[in-house]
Amino acid sequence: MANIISDETIEYVGILAKLELDSEEKEQAKKDMGRMLDYIDKLNELDTDGVEPMSHVFPVNNVFREDEVCNGDGREVTLANAPERKEDSFVVPKTIVG
Amino acid sequence: MSLMNLTAVGLGKKIQNREVSAPEAAKAALDAIEAKEAEINSFVTVDSEGALKRAEEVQKLIDEGKLAGPLAGVPVAIKDNMCTKGLLTTCSSKILGNYIPMFTAEAVLNLEKAGAVIIGKTNMDEFAMGSTTETSAFGPTKNPWDTGHVPGGSSGGSCAAVAAEECPYALGSDTGGSIRQPSSFCGVTGIKPTYGTVSRYGLIAYGSSLDQIGPVAKDVTDCVAILEIISSYDKKDSTSVKRENYNFTSALEDNVKGMKIGIPADYFGEGLDSEVKEAVLNAAKELEKKGAVIEEFNLSLVDYAIPAYYIIACAEASSNLARFDGVKYGYRTEDYNGLHNMYKKTRSEGFGAEVKRRIMLGSFVLSSGYYDAYYIKALKTKALIKKAFDNAFNKYDVILGPAAPQTAPALGESLSDPLKMYLGDIYTISANLAGLPGITVPCGISSKSLPIGLQLLGNCFEEKNIIRAAYAFEQTREYAHSPLA
Amino acid sequence: MKQYETVIGLEVHVELATKTKIFCSCPTEFGGAPNSHTCPVCTGMPGSLPVLNKKVVEYAVAVGLATNCSITQNCKFDRKNYFYPDNPQNYQISQLYYPICRNGGIEITTEDGTTKTIGIHEIHMEEDAGKLVHDEWGESSLVDFNRSGVPLIEIVSEPDMRSAEEVVAYLDKLRLIIQYLGASDCKLQEGSMRADVNLSIREAGTEEFGTRTEMKNLNSFKAIARAIEAEKERQIDIIESGGKVVQETRRWDDNKEYSYAMRSKEDAQDYRYFPEPDLVPIVISDSWLEEIKLSQPEFRDEKLKRYEEEYKIPAYDAQIITGNKHLADIFEAATAICNNPKKVSNWLMVETMRLMKENDMEPEQLKFSPENLAKLVNLAESKVINSQTAKEVFEKVFSDDIDPEKYVEENGLKTVSDNGALREVVQKVIEENPQPVEDYHNGKKKAMGFLVGQIMKEMKGKADPAMANSILKELL
Repeated sequence: MANIISDETIEYVGILAKLELDSEEKEQAKKDMGRMLDYIDKLNELDTDGVEPMSHVFPVNNVFREDEVCNGDGREVTLANAPERKEDSFVVPKTIVG
Repeated sequence: MSLMNLTAVGLGKKIQNREVSAPEAAKAALDAIEAKEAEINSFVTVDSEGALKRAEEVQKLIDEGKLAGPLAGVPVAIKDNMCTKGLLTTCSSKILGNYIPMFTAEAVLNLEKAGAVIIGKTNMDEFAMGSTTETSAFGPTKNPWDTGHVPGGSSGGSCAAVAAEECPYALGSDTGGSIRQPSSFCGVTGIKPTYGTVSRYGLIAYGSSLDQIGPVAKDVTDCVAILEIISSYDKKDSTSVKRENYNFTSALEDNVKGMKIGIPADYFGEGLDSEVKEAVLNAAKELEKKGAVIEEFNLSLVDYAIPAYYIIACAEASSNLARFDGVKYGYRTEDYNGLHNMYKKTRSEGFGAEVKRRIMLGSFVLSSGYYDAYYIKALKTKALIKKAFDNAFNKYDVILGPAAPQTAPALGESLSDPLKMYLGDIYTISANLAGLPGITVPCGISSKSLPIGLQLLGNCFEEKNIIRAAYAFEQTREYAHSPLA
Repeated sequence: MKQYETVIGLEVHVELATKTKIFCSCPTEFGGAPNSHTCPVCTGMPGSLPVLNKKVVEYAVAVGLATNCSITQNCKFDRKNYFYPDNPQNYQISQLYYPICRNGGIEITTEDGTTKTIGIHEIHMEEDAGKLVHDEWGESSLVDFNRSGVPLIEIVSEPDMRSAEEVVAYLDKLRLIIQYLGASDCKLQEGSMRADVNLSIREAGTEEFGTRTEMKNLNSFKAIARAIEAEKERQIDIIESGGKVVQETRRWDDNKEYSYAMRSKEDAQDYRYFPEPDLVPIVISDSWLEEIKLSQPEFRDEKLKRYEEEYKIPAYDAQIITGNKHLADIFEAATAICNNPKKVSNWLMVETMRLMKENDMEPEQLKFSPENLAKLVNLAESKVINSQTAKEVFEKVFSDDIDPEKYVEENGLKTVSDNGALREVVQKVIEENPQPVEDYHNGKKKAMGFLVGQIMKEMKGKADPAMANSILKELL
């Protein structure tokens, strides 16, 4: 019943999470995740048929803003911590190969 | 005797009475930090200059009669996952190692309006992921009762700072016990309010549906004073709840006559340290002596809270922490080859092992084909747990139990076995799943001279019950200062 | 060769006409320096939280009602997780599990004149991404979050369309409905309406769907039609040569009339949707729904009827004018001012259409104000200017939205109605042109036209030709 995490799975999760693990970290991650999933599988003992999944604890709903402009020029606040900035834009590695 | 030996409210009174000035109080805190930090490491950032300047301003307002609250001029430490405008906010992570927010968290703003003087930002488990404050990128915080032990976590810096009397009070955050467990390990008092009571705006999210900010201080009176100030309905936080009133002080009465207190038998089974058990049951006896009605009951589902919690918290975290990518703020790797390589290297170098572990788990449980089996199952479990508490609170005003199965573990003991560390959250985690308020108050000292904490849980929006019970219990014992105080 | 049938479904993104973004109070207006319309919320700053713009819900419900959808009275937002630099949080707040509208449809008229219903699977609300500008020569791209958080609705059709013509008819109808609601201006070129085409082919007569591809980057009706043709051919070629169509997203390059796959091993296309914990559910009560229903505007069919009954304009004109919301708005506003529906309709049907065609414009691009059109109608009707001048002045109104009254005044274009002055000029023309005058008397009626022309020339076009004619006859 133990969860065996394959190399492919770890590779795939790395793509989803944008994490790159070296081979030692990968082995550790496989072990950790497998163990954790074994533990999590404990939930399968629980009969949850017909139970409505609960994402919010309280029945609060309809929290809205009115459609009114309140924010002014946000450039400096937005760009204050930019790792790389060119004038008023963030700079990133080229996103299309052209 | 240092001013830092006083409670926050005690020091606030002296400031109001002009016995002590705000700058003197700030100076006393800074001196204490200077003297103790090498040993404890409870701060990531100490803002000496800013604190002294701010103390002068606050004093001026007090002198002009414009500021008169119970905490005006009293120094405070803020957990480093709450944004403070112009002041480094790192979440104890390399990835935010240089991040200077451009706005201040709502809870901190509320404190500032009440005249608080921010002395610095406290150490924590990286992004609040951990129970020992050892996952910080800036080194572990040590327990002021025994520096060979951890202070607990994730708000370990805040709790250690208060216990070591580096400052009179601090703010922490609690996602699965992160205020209550370290409060217990450090022998201080901490409250996790009902979800939605304190605005999360400006709190850097770990598990959005579970996170809640709360106070850490020497006693219940302090915590209540702080809670009244930081609680507010905030339009910027859609999950903020508009409460009928934010007056908790009226619950500070030494009267538990007729109060119905339930003790979940399932909290006292295998894995609970016998000294902890004894101290907690003794506390129950004290309350019984004061007229409370104590009854044992079965809460049920206790073992399912941890797996449900780790699915929900890690799933939310994997998404919440996606924004740390080297584009807009924070760390960016030096060398990279193209966009995706930049993402991967930045995140792999910027996050520590525990954070990566949880992001991976969270990404996995949400990935195609697993969502229903894990995430939906966890949300259903959460619904059942909430129902179990609803049933319990139909019978009891307060649920009493330990905050943690053990006293503070030795440094390094937990890191080698993450799962074991997760199991230590067993008593605190369900309050976050169900949105309940909880308080930890010191209730004993172990044979190894480590503090033991009592946890009281209340129904949603019924902080007053746990405050009353905690306050009544607190009257039965003296506050024990840590050896480093 | 076998006969194939093309099966097409559309995902249409429409930018809503709110003043502010979906989750923060930043303006949605175009322009401004990069990142000037941003705040901590729409740039994903740590600790920031979203708060929903109520107007977005109202617009989405309005579109749902107008497209015969059932409204999800208890709906929620979900997070769609993927990494890209234009997506500041690296998740998009969208709706997967409980979209706000479901199970609708609209009727289109097909080429052979029959009607057909195109089903709408769902409509959901979501936030737009920022903009990436690529450095042509360098190694980098620039990120601007001004568009990040602009509210969108995505309208997902059923795979009910079978040709490019049906797709265009569906989009046209959808656009008209949304424009009438005022929920969006729906400009394809500017990106306030964007369509992704899901296309598959199957052997004619079979029931089972083939593998579909998704085509992105379609900026005009023409591009959509071309892309559909090309993708149909591509898929048929694959199948005819024994291959299999791969389910993938492709990007259309309209200049090269060619599409290419947007695949990358770094894009797992596994969005890990889960309920957005930072937002609470939306409960749309019956009374709120009723309120939105009551505030629905007059739609095209109702307008058509009213135009013929109330304004008494020809059915054909009413068809054309109501065929575009902007045109209908101009018509109604100008008519309200000058109270002359027939003339307003004429100016729109003749001169406006001519100039639009000359300038290759869409009705949305008309920028003259109804006030100025109404003024022009009044000037022409009261004969302050003659019809030739009126056409010239209208060209100015059309291009620069000038005030015709001021323009006529400033340029001295008023018709000279002073009988004496005109009489003098007529006399002068008779004296200076003895030959044509003689021709006229000899029965050459053509000479009359020449003389009137000379009079108009002397008057610099400002004379009323009818009046010039009658004075000339009298004096001759």
